[in-house]
Amino acid sequence: MSRSYLTIKNVHKHFGDFVALKDISLEIQEGEFVCFLGPSGCGKTTLLRAVAGLDMQTEGEIFQSGKNISWLPPEHRDFGIVFQSYALFPNLTVAENIAYGLRNQKVRRADIRDRVDELLAMIGLPDSGKKFPSQLSGGQQQRVALARAIATKPGLLLLDEPLSALDARVRLHLRQEIKSLQRQLGVTTIMVTHDQEEALSMADKIVVMNQGVIEQIGTPEEIYSNPATRFVASFVGTMNFIPAHLEGDRVCVGTREMSCRGHHNLTCQHQGEMNIAIRPEDFRVRYNGDATNTLRADVRHMEFLGSFVRTELDLDGVGDPVVADFSMNDVRDMNIQVGRELMLDLPENRLHLFEH
Amino acid sequence: MSVALSPPGFLAKNRLGKLGLDRGLQIAGVLVGILFLIVTMVLPLYAILSKSVENKDGDFIGLANYLKYASNPSLLNSISNSFTIAIITTLIVISLALMTAYALTRTCMPFKGVVRVLVMGPIFAPSLLPAISLVYLFGNQGVLKSWLMGESVYGPIGIVISLAFWCFPHAVMIITTALSNTDARLYESARALRTSPIRTFFTVTLPSIKYGLISASFVVFTLVITDFGAPKVIGGQYNVLATDIYKQVIGQQNFQMGAVVSVILLLPAILAFAVDRWVQRKQVSLLTARAEPLLPKKSPLKDNVMLLLCLPVIITIIGVLGMAVYASLVTFWPYNLELSFNNYQFDLMDGGGWEAYYNSLEMALYTALFGTAIIFTNAYLVEKVPGITGLRTLLHLGAMIPLAVPGLVLGLAYIFFFNSPSNPLNGLYGTLAILVICTIAHYYTVCHLTAVTALKQIDSEFEAVSASLKVPFYVTFWRVTLPVCMPALLDIFIYLYVNAMNTVSAVVFLYSSNTMLASVAVLNMDDAGDIAPAAAMGVLLMFTCIGIKLLHWGMSHLLLKRTQRWRHKSAT
Repeated sequence: MSRSYLTIKNVHKHFGDFVALKDISLEIQEGEFVCFLGPSGCGKTTLLRAVAGLDMQTEGEIFQSGKNISWLPPEHRDFGIVFQSYALFPNLTVAENIAYGLRNQKVRRADIRDRVDELLAMIGLPDSGKKFPSQLSGGQQQRVALARAIATKPGLLLLDEPLSALDARVRLHLRQEIKSLQRQLGVTTIMVTHDQEEALSMADKIVVMNQGVIEQIGTPEEIYSNPATRFVASFVGTMNFIPAHLEGDRVCVGTREMSCRGHHNLTCQHQGEMNIAIRPEDFRVRYNGDATNTLRADVRHMEFLGSFVRTELDLDGVGDPVVADFSMNDVRDMNIQVGRELMLDLPENRLHLFEH
Repeated sequence: MSVALSPPGFLAKNRLGKLGLDRGLQIAGVLVGILFLIVTMVLPLYAILSKSVENKDGDFIGLANYLKYASNPSLLNSISNSFTIAIITTLIVISLALMTAYALTRTCMPFKGVVRVLVMGPIFAPSLLPAISLVYLFGNQGVLKSWLMGESVYGPIGIVISLAFWCFPHAVMIITTALSNTDARLYESARALRTSPIRTFFTVTLPSIKYGLISASFVVFTLVITDFGAPKVIGGQYNVLATDIYKQVIGQQNFQMGAVVSVILLLPAILAFAVDRWVQRKQVSLLTARAEPLLPKKSPLKDNVMLLLCLPVIITIIGVLGMAVYASLVTFWPYNLELSFNNYQFDLMDGGGWEAYYNSLEMALYTALFGTAIIFTNAYLVEKVPGITGLRTLLHLGAMIPLAVPGLVLGLAYIFFFNSPSNPLNGLYGTLAILVICTIAHYYTVCHLTAVTALKQIDSEFEAVSASLKVPFYVTFWRVTLPVCMPALLDIFIYLYVNAMNTVSAVVFLYSSNTMLASVAVLNMDDAGDIAPAAAMGVLLMFTCIGIKLLHWGMSHLLLKRTQRWRHKSAT
C-alpha cells in the first residue's frame, strides 16, 4: 500500500434510483491541495460530504491516515470544513466563533485566547474579535469561517465552494490567501469548485468529475494540455471540435489528411466519424510553404480582448466556424482582418482525437 | 442474522457500535416525539372512531349508530344548520377582512396604527364573550333590540354576528400577510401600461392574494363549524353539530352518539385542512426572492374613503367589547345601572369562583412552557437531524393532525382514551395535567409550523460545522439554535398561553371539580343565568391576555436590544 493520506476505494452513492457516485477511487497524498472540479450535479459535493461523513456513501470504503473511517459519524473523524454560505453562528462574536471547537476540547481559557488572537492575525482581522459576523463583509466572514475550521488543527481541510458567494475581486484575492495559508500550514486540503480557473490556479491535483464518475485525475497542466476525455476537453478551457474521419491510421478533415501526434487513446478500432480537437491559442498562421496540416480559413469576425484577439474562422470544408486566438503581434504582422483569407497551421502535437 | 443491509441502514450491525452517543440521542428523540404524537393524538382519535361503531356495552355493531343518527331528523338538521352558519359567516368575514387588510397594507389611511391594534381585539377573548355582549345589546332586555326589527338575536343571527366578530382577526392576519407579499414592480408595470386602478385590482392584486383568500376562508370556515361557545350562549333552539355533541355527551350521557356526531364534524374539518395544505404548497412557489416591497403612496381621497369604510368595523369592535366591559360592571342589569365590582365576586357564585381563574393561569403557564419546549424540540428534530428521513417525515405529518381535529372532538376523544380503565395513563384523568396535554395537542400544528419556519431560516450547515469541530449537537442547539430562534419561541409561547386561557371546546369534557377553568366558568355561569358574572369572567380573561401580550411585546423589545444585538449591522 502506498503512503497516501486519504484513500477512497470504490465508493458508490445512490439516492433512490439516482446514482450520484459510481465507483469512485482516489488517493490523496499528505499536504496535497486537491480540487474536485465539475459542473453542478456531477457528484463533487456528494463525494466531499461522504469524506466528511455528513452523507455516508452507499458502498465503498474511505481511509484517513491508515484508519478506516468509512462508517464513522462526522464527529469521530478528523477534518475542518468551510461552506459556501460561511455558516458562521450569527449570535456569537467572531472570537467566539473561532473558539467554538476549542472550548469543547477542555483547552485552558488563556490558551484559547492566544490561539484565537494568532488565528485572527493570520487571517488579517486582528481587531475584529468582538464583532458579530453580520458586521463583516462576505470575504471577511469567509476568512473567519476558515479560521474556525483550522483552529483545532485538523488533519484534513474541506472547502465546499468557499469562494462562490463572493464577488470577483474578493474571490481573486482570497484565492491566493487560501493557497498561501494552506502551503504555510501544510494541511491536506480538498476543495470543491465548478470554477475551472479556481481549480487550475490553486490545486496541486485536479479531479474532474461528471455524472458521478471521475473523468480524469491530474495536475492542472496535464488536465489542460492533455484532456483524457471529450468531457474534460470541453469543460476545462475552450476547445474546438472539428469533424473528421479515421481510415486506418489516417485522419482526414474533408479531403485533407492530417497527422496527429498528440496524446490520444483512440486506436484503429475507432474507425469512421470522429473529432479533431484543438485549443484556440494553438492555431498558427503559416509563415512557410510547407503544406502538411494546413487548412484554408476565412476571417469571419474579430473580437478585441486586450492582449490578444479572438477570431471566428470559417474553415475550408468544415461546417461550423472555429475559434482561434492570435496575439496582437500576429494580427499586426500578418495583417489579420475580417474578410481576409489565412492559411492555418494545426501543429500535429497539439491535436487531440475524440470520438464523435 | 442477515443484517448486511444494502443500502446500509443506520442500524446495520457492524455500524451500530460506532453510532455514537449523539446519533443515539437524536434517534431516541425522534422516537419519543413520535410516541408523544401517537399517545396524544392518534390513539384518542382511534378511540373515538371505535366508540362510534360500538353499543353501550362496548360490542361492535357496525354502522348502526350512524343509521340511527341518519333517521333522526332533528340531529340531521344540525348538519345543514352548521353549514349555513359557516358559509354565511365566512362570506361576511372575508369581505370585511379583505377591505380592512387592504386599508392597512395598501393605503396611507389615518390612524392606521390604532386600527391595526383594535382589529386584533377579539382574539384575546373566548368566543363566548362577543355572544354574551350581543345578549346585552340585542337580547330581550338589550339596549338596541329595536334594530333587529322583531327578529330574535337568539338563533342564527346571533351566532353569525358573534362568530364573525371572533374570527375577524384571524382572517385579517392571513390576508394582510398575503397583501404584503407582493412585488411593487408589478404595479409599476401596470401603471406604465396605463391600466386603470380597477383593472389593476382585478388583474394584479386579486390574483396575487388568491391563495391567501382561499386559505383565510377555510380557516374561518373551520373555526365557525367547530366552535361551540357562541352557539351555546346565543344559539337558542338553533342546533349545530358542535352543540349536538355537547348535548349528547353532557345532557344525555349518550357517548356513542356523541362519537358519531364527532366523526361527522371531523369530515368538513379534514376537507378544509386538505384544501389549506394544498393552498400552502401552491403559495410557496408564488414568492420570488427578488421582489420589491410595495410602499403605499398618499392619496387623501382614497385614504379617507377607506377610513370611512373601516369605521363600521372599528365601531362594532369597540361597541361589542365595550359593552361586555360595561355589562360586567353594571350592578344589576337593567334595573340598577350603578357601576360596581359586584359581578367580579366570583366566590359568591356557582361556577368555580376565583379558583377557576387561578387554575386557568396555572394551566396556561404550563401549557405554554411545556408546549413550547416539546413542540420546538420536535420541530428541531424534524428539521435538523440528518438521515432517518422516514421517521422525521412521520413526525412532521403527525404534527399536522391537530389542525384537522376540532377541539370538542379532541376533548371527547381524550375521555374515551384516558378514562378507559385498561389505559395505564388512566391516572391522568381529572388532573390539570390532562388539560395541559390536551391543549398542547389541540394547538400543536400552528406552533409546529412557526418553529419549522424559523428553523428553516437558519443555515443548514451549522450541525455539520459543529460535528467537524467535535461539538455535540445539543451544545450547538443550546448555544446557537435556541438563541437565534428566540423570537419564534416567544411567539409560540404567547400563542399557546392566550389560547389556553380562552379555550372552551377542548377542555369542556375534561375538567373536574378541582380543575375548573375560567373559560368553562364563563360557560357554566351563563348556563345558570348568571350572565353578568359570566361577562365579568370573560372580560377578566380578555384583559389577562392583553396584559400578557403587552408583556410579550415589551420582552421582545428588550430581548432584541439585549441578546439579539447581532441582528443589527450597526451594533458594536
